[in-house]
Amino acid sequence: MRHTISVTVENRPGVLSRVVGLFSGRGFNIESLSVGETIDPEISRITIVTRGDDRIIEQVTKQLRKLVDAIKVTDLTDLNFVDRELILIKISTTEKNKAEILRINDIFRGKIVDVSPSSYTFEVTGDGEKIQAFIKLVKPFGVKEIARTGTVAVSREL
Amino acid sequence: MQMTGAQILVQSLKDEGVEIMFGYPGGVLLDLYDALFNSGIKHVLPRHEQAAAHAADGYARSSGKVGVCLATSGPGATNIVTGLATAYMDSVPMVALTGQVPTHMIGGDAFQEADIIGITRPVTKHSYLVTRTEDLARIIQEAFHIASTGRPGPVLVDLPKDVLAGKAKYIRAKSVNIRGYKPKVEGHQGQIKRVLAEMKKSKRPVIYAGGGIIISNATADLLKFAEYNQIPVTNTLLGLGGFPADHPLFLGMLGMHGTYRANMTIHESDLILAIGARFDDRVTGNVAKFAPNARVVHIDIDPSAISKNIVVHVPVVGDVKGVLTELNKLQKKEEPVWAEIRQKWLDQVRHWSEERPLSYDRDSNLIKPQYVIERLSELAPGDAIITTEVGQNQMWTAQFYKFNHPRTLLSSGGLGTMGYGFPAAMGAQFANPDRLVVDIAGDASIQMNIQELATIAQHNLPVKILILNNCFLGMVRQWQELFYDSRYSSTCLASNPDFIKIAEAYGVKGIRVDEKKDVDAGLKEMIKHDGPVLLEVMIDREEGVYPMVPAGAGSSDMIFGPKKKEEKKIKAVK
Repeated sequence: MRHTISVTVENRPGVLSRVVGLFSGRGFNIESLSVGETIDPEISRITIVTRGDDRIIEQVTKQLRKLVDAIKVTDLTDLNFVDRELILIKISTTEKNKAEILRINDIFRGKIVDVSPSSYTFEVTGDGEKIQAFIKLVKPFGVKEIARTGTVAVSREL
Repeated sequence: MQMTGAQILVQSLKDEGVEIMFGYPGGVLLDLYDALFNSGIKHVLPRHEQAAAHAADGYARSSGKVGVCLATSGPGATNIVTGLATAYMDSVPMVALTGQVPTHMIGGDAFQEADIIGITRPVTKHSYLVTRTEDLARIIQEAFHIASTGRPGPVLVDLPKDVLAGKAKYIRAKSVNIRGYKPKVEGHQGQIKRVLAEMKKSKRPVIYAGGGIIISNATADLLKFAEYNQIPVTNTLLGLGGFPADHPLFLGMLGMHGTYRANMTIHESDLILAIGARFDDRVTGNVAKFAPNARVVHIDIDPSAISKNIVVHVPVVGDVKGVLTELNKLQKKEEPVWAEIRQKWLDQVRHWSEERPLSYDRDSNLIKPQYVIERLSELAPGDAIITTEVGQNQMWTAQFYKFNHPRTLLSSGGLGTMGYGFPAAMGAQFANPDRLVVDIAGDASIQMNIQELATIAQHNLPVKILILNNCFLGMVRQWQELFYDSRYSSTCLASNPDFIKIAEAYGVKGIRVDEKKDVDAGLKEMIKHDGPVLLEVMIDREEGVYPMVPAGAGSSDMIFGPKKKEEKKIKAVK
């Protein structure tokens, strides 16, 4: 099952590798990972998306809690939460297909962030499904380059 | 007042109550070694950094204090990795200090540089790379706090040369406060009451107690709990000494080489009270076949130990001493009627004891290793500290030596480190100068750290080494005999040295025993001698450790000896 785990940690060198080591040491792949400072610059939030047997995820979560530098560990999967991802995607264009590409981007409420005679670069945000759908639709035009942030997530209040 | 980093470190160690450390100097540690000179902290120089780590471990396990080891950058640091992993697996409080190249050179492949923080990350409880001299005092204080609280473990502090040479003020905080580290010590009241409810329902309970009992200094509480409720007790390897071996409720060790009665009792039980133990695979065997009818109560300070290997019905996270004290207190209000209710169960357990007690061929003319250990157990004082290496020597000790007191058996249980016992014995002897300390070794294991003969000779440290010599890697040979048609691939130590001459070359007394009739005299001479002794006993070469639960089998599927005893042949001689 897919799990989204949110970990707040001390914003220090070496902390990320401790977190990641708990996954790699068990032969676990991380689907996505994003790290950034919180309001308190001494604390960072790491959001990890991974897939695995519930028992193993539970074990990893417990191990994460044991890390001295981990302040709070939440497996968001069991909670109500919102998640978003951002991609930058560079698509090949021709005079013929430019309009169609722009239309798709409009539907997904993406932004054009760079233009060249033979390409558009879009910025698209959304949850994982939306991002996948967008990639699927523009793929036939030729994707030159793609960069994804990985998922960030927070729990819902209500 | 401004002090150098090295001075701050020494002062911090003193303020932590450190009396002794085991270390090996090197280029980047020169400032520190200069500060240590005449510092009042005893410094012992083992002849290999691995031994420094194991000695600190033995010191810690035997005393309950934090052990300290020190190694220089690069190869010095990498040499302690096995020692850290050993301590990590067995929850031993240790602080390992390593030298590091100056901060501006880190990452530049400098001479004797190694990313020791990276290398040791999975085998330390926590680690620090100190980058500023002013952080040093706080970090050392935190390191000792983390190593010794919660589930203890090794903490590594990496010390770049310029941090040790730099200057700062020494400030010691009144207390340590780490926001991400607040180990849960007190058990949940509701859960503790659920334990009592489970016990009331149970007709066939068993206590399975591990190293946590000893770490938590809870042996007296366990004894009280078991006696009051008349519940039989089995120990893990690391739990031995946590319950008196002479006690009628004691079942011996359980697991792969556990006693028949312990494994049968666990298998047939309807309630397992696991206390400070972690359901290691050497204990459970095939998890699917482990105690099929039992409910499981698990008391442990480490939440990640709960339901890690087997499903736990009633978890209690907390320090086992606290939880046992609470259980004992709550029970006082109730009538102790357990003895009558459980009589049938205890009779059954007794039946298993009589059906298949631990045994060996007592009439053999050869020296049986079990006999040597039984005799040592008989002749050594009750407070003697026994360390073991790993393999047959370790299992025979666990089976046949009677451990009646906590912290009297030091053995690498989790990692299974050959070469652990001898340096650990050194550490234990430094912590307990007036007690008998014996390393029970095999002829292979002892050679993994035999250079420490120099250290015990230098300090005239009265450590005794008892080598059970079968000229084999005995445990691996046993598996080859049982499961690989006696094809003794690379397990025959055909060119062992003359251990007596080696001992004598280091200035250590050596004794060899070749005949059964001389075993007692040899042991007595070893115990009596005021100084280090190496006693080599030439044992039956193909003696095995039984009973045995083969890998993958259920814990009640024990075998009691090799199939074709009469065909015993040593196929791989010289």
